[in-house]
Amino acid sequence: MTATENAQDAYAAERDTTEGRVYTVTGGDWDELVASVDPVNEERLIVNLGPQHPSTHGVLRLVCELEGETVRSVRPVIGYLHTGIEKNLEYRTWTQGTTFVTRADYLAPIFNETAYCLAVEKLLGIEVPRRAEVIRVIMMELNRISSHLVALATTGMELGALSMMIYGFRDREKILDIFEAVCGLRMNMAYVRPGGVSQDLPRDGVQMIRDFIDYMPQGLDDYEGLLTGNAIWQERTQGVAYLDVSGCLALGVTGPVLRSAGLPWDLRKTQPYCGYEEYDFEVPTHNGADAWARYLVRLEEIRQSLRIIEQGLDKLEPGPVMVEDKKIAWPAQLALGGDGMGNSLNHIRHIMSQSMEALIHHFKLVTEGFRVPAGQVYTAVEAPRGELGIHAVSDGGTRPFRVHMREPSFINLQAIPAISEGGLLADVIAGGASLDPVMGGCDR
Amino acid sequence: MSTEPADPTGTGESGPGDVQPVGVQRQKGLFGATDTGDTSGFGGLVRAAPLGAEIASTAEPLGGYFDEVVGALRDLLGDDVTRAVVVDRGELTIYIAPDRTAEVCKAMRDDEALRFELCNSVSGVDYPDRRNRLHVVYQLTSMTYRRQVRLETAVGLDHPVVQSVAAVYPTADWQEREAYDMFGVVFEGHPHLTRILMPDDWEGHPQRKDYPLGGIAVEYKGAHIPPPDERRAYK
Repeated sequence: MTATENAQDAYAAERDTTEGRVYTVTGGDWDELVASVDPVNEERLIVNLGPQHPSTHGVLRLVCELEGETVRSVRPVIGYLHTGIEKNLEYRTWTQGTTFVTRADYLAPIFNETAYCLAVEKLLGIEVPRRAEVIRVIMMELNRISSHLVALATTGMELGALSMMIYGFRDREKILDIFEAVCGLRMNMAYVRPGGVSQDLPRDGVQMIRDFIDYMPQGLDDYEGLLTGNAIWQERTQGVAYLDVSGCLALGVTGPVLRSAGLPWDLRKTQPYCGYEEYDFEVPTHNGADAWARYLVRLEEIRQSLRIIEQGLDKLEPGPVMVEDKKIAWPAQLALGGDGMGNSLNHIRHIMSQSMEALIHHFKLVTEGFRVPAGQVYTAVEAPRGELGIHAVSDGGTRPFRVHMREPSFINLQAIPAISEGGLLADVIAGGASLDPVMGGCDR
Repeated sequence: MSTEPADPTGTGESGPGDVQPVGVQRQKGLFGATDTGDTSGFGGLVRAAPLGAEIASTAEPLGGYFDEVVGALRDLLGDDVTRAVVVDRGELTIYIAPDRTAEVCKAMRDDEALRFELCNSVSGVDYPDRRNRLHVVYQLTSMTYRRQVRLETAVGLDHPVVQSVAAVYPTADWQEREAYDMFGVVFEGHPHLTRILMPDDWEGHPQRKDYPLGGIAVEYKGAHIPPPDERRAYK
C-alpha cells in the first residue's frame, strides 16, 4: 500500500513523523452514524401487489408498506374494472337493465338481477307469480353454492391447495350446466326480469337440480377431508385476518364475514324477501372472526342452500312465471334452440301473421318499454358476499333515472387494511381471499 | 321547436336533427313527431317533470315505527332537523340539511331509541331540474329494532359541500369518495377525499346528468348504428 493510494482516505488520515509514517484510524463517529440511520425505516419497502397478480382476486391493487415480512400499511386501489354499469342503465329501458346489472358481480349474476328486479317491482307495486318466486329462490341458492365454490377454489389456490381449485371449479361446472339448461347461458344470464323470470324451467331441469343435490354433499365431505383437518390449511387460516363484530359493523361488512364473527345477520331471515320466511334453514355462525371461521361458515352455507333448493323444488307448482299484465311482461315463452335461447316460434307466428295489434304492442313494449311511477326505493338481498342493495330512482319514464348498486365487494374491501396491517405479507393474501371480493362487482 | 334549448343535452353538442337524445327526455308530445305528421293533437302536450317539483312532506302520523323514529330524532336535535319527511312505498325518507349530516348520523347511531348501527349505503343522485340538484342518500339499518330509514340531503352546484359521516360510520369512507368521484359532492371532514373508481386525473363527474355517456357509432352491414345516447328515443 502506497501513500498516494491512501491520500483521500477520510478514516485513516496519514502524516509523516520522525518515527515514520503514521496512520490515524478514526472511528469515533460510528455510533453517531448508526444512530442517524434508522434500520427500521431503511428496511421499509413499498410493494405494489397487483393490479395484475394471480392472488389478488382480479384487478385489485394493494400498495403494501413492508418491514421485512410484516405489513405496516395497506392501501387498496380499485377502479380498474369500472365499466359504468350504473350510468349505462340510465340509457336503457327498465327491462334491458337486467343485462347490465348481471355483469357487475359476475360470480353472482342471479343475485344482481333479483335485487334489481325487486327494486323495479317495488317501484311498480307489482308482485310476481308464485312459481317465478320459487324459481328465483332455487336459482339464487344454486348461484350461492357456485359462488362459494369459487371462493373455496380460489382461496385454496392462493394458499397452495391446488387440488381444491380443481375440485371447486369442477363442481361449479355442474351448476353452470344447470344454468345453461335453464336459460341457455352459463354466466350473465339476464334470466330474472321485472315481473318474473325470462322462461320456465326446462322439462329435465328439476331432475338435473335433484341430481346435483344428491351429488353435492359427497363433494362437501371431500373438501372437508381435504382441508379441515389439514395442518397447513389450519395454520394459514386460523387467527388470520381477524375482524370482530364491532369492526364489521363500523366498516359495513356483511355476509359470511359478519356471520363468522358471531352475528347471525342474514337478510333472508331478518328482512325476508321472495318468500324466504317459508323455508326452513339455519344461519351458520362461528365465533372465530378469522379466515378459518369464514371458510367453515361458507361450507355450512352450501349445505343450507342445498336444503333450501330441495324445499323449493317441492314448492314448485304449475303456473305462470311472468306477471299477467301484458303492459309489463316481456314474452316469457322463449325457446331454447341449439345455439342458445331464442325467440319462441309461436310468439313470432302470433305477432307476424295473426294479430297486427300484438305486433304493435310487442314493438312498443320492446323498443319503448314500460313506464315506472316516479319515486325511489331501496331493496336488498343476501348475496354470497353480503348485502347487495339497489337504490333505484324513477322519474316516471321508461328508463331508470338512477340506479345505485350497494355492492358487498366494494364495501367489504375497505376492511383489508383493518385485517392485514401488522400481520405477515402472506396473510394479506389469505385475508383478502377470505373476504372473497369480486372486482366486477366492486368497480361496477 | 323554438322553445327547445339549442343545446338539449347540455353537453355542448346538439342532438342530430329533431331526434331527442336518450339522455335527456323532455316530457313533451307523443310519438316523437315534432313538425309534420302528428295529426293526433297530442303534440302540444307537456307533462310536468315529476322530479322537478319541491319535496312535499307526508302528512303525519306516518304510521308504523316511522313516527317513533322521526319523533326521537326531533327530540334530540330540535324540530327543525327534519326539512321534510316522506313515506313512499313503505319506506321512510328524512330530508336533512347538508351541514348537519354528521350530527344526525351520530344521533341515529347512538341514541337508545334509534340505534341505527349499520350504514348500508351512501350514494348520490343528480336531479338537474331542482335548484339543489345534487342529492346524497344514506340508507341506515337498525339491527336492534329491525328498522330502516333513508336520510337525504341536497346541495347546489355553486356550493356542493356536505358534511362527511365517515367519522360516525367508517363504511362511508369509500362510498363518499365514490359520490365525490361520480357527482362532485365535496364531503367536508373526509380524511382523504380522492377519486376512487375513475382515474386520478379524470375531468368531470360522470354520473351527473349533463355528462355524456359517450360511445362511437358502429358500422354493421353498411348501416351505422349511433352510440346509445344518440339513438332515437321513443317517448
